Amino acid sequence: MQMSKIVRLSADIMYPFVVIFGLYVIMHGHITPGGGFQGGAVVATGAALVIVAYAFHDVKAMIPKILLYLQESGGLLLFIGAGLAGMLLGFPFFFNWLANSGSLFGTPIVPLGPNPGELNTGGFLPLMNIAVGIEVWGGLTLVILYMISGVGKEEY
Amino acid sequence: MIELVVHFLVLAGLVVSAVLTFYFRDLLAAALASGLFSFLISLEFYILQAPDVAISQAGIGAGLTTAIFIIAIRGTRRFEEGTE
Repeated sequence: MQMSKIVRLSADIMYPFVVIFGLYVIMHGHITPGGGFQGGAVVATGAALVIVAYAFHDVKAMIPKILLYLQESGGLLLFIGAGLAGMLLGFPFFFNWLANSGSLFGTPIVPLGPNPGELNTGGFLPLMNIAVGIEVWGGLTLVILYMISGVGKEEY
Repeated sequence: MIELVVHFLVLAGLVVSAVLTFYFRDLLAAALASGLFSFLISLEFYILQAPDVAISQAGIGAGLTTAIFIIAIRGTRRFEEGTE
């Protein structure tokens, strides 16, 4: 059972914008309101829009389950791996060794005064936000998928 | 002044959407009224200077919870059977 053509077309049009906005919230988590969980929830809302609009067998072909499992596990592994990487280098657990290092997310000198915000700062925190965002995206989409597989009386 | 007017409009909308959620016999309309309640309360969080909580509420409350309600209604009957 699927919804009417108006609902399906609206879901198709809205989906890329919702996903882009969610990825923006994840990526700017350390300088604007929001973060990994909020951005991941917004992206999962876009996926839920498509899942609600289409029939179960269409959704099954559109969204592969193994990809969502990999996202969920990969996000958690990235989170704990980023925490353990500091211990390997001789620092405490979750030490922010990337900040001010000049490499990824480590610009040492940031501009003062009113400015739109330097994205390439924060050290660890953008990595944590990306990991949590990937994990929440996969996890919440899996929740909705299992819910609809119970309604569809089919094994997913 | 205009902030106060918007604030009172949002609060009145909260009460109206909550009462509509209670009174609808069509469960799909009740789920959508519940989603409207979540959306208005996220607007209220934004007015009260908590944009972080507002994004969470709009994503989880207005988006995912309404989707789960709609999927659950798809699995059962759409109309509530009255007792009167």
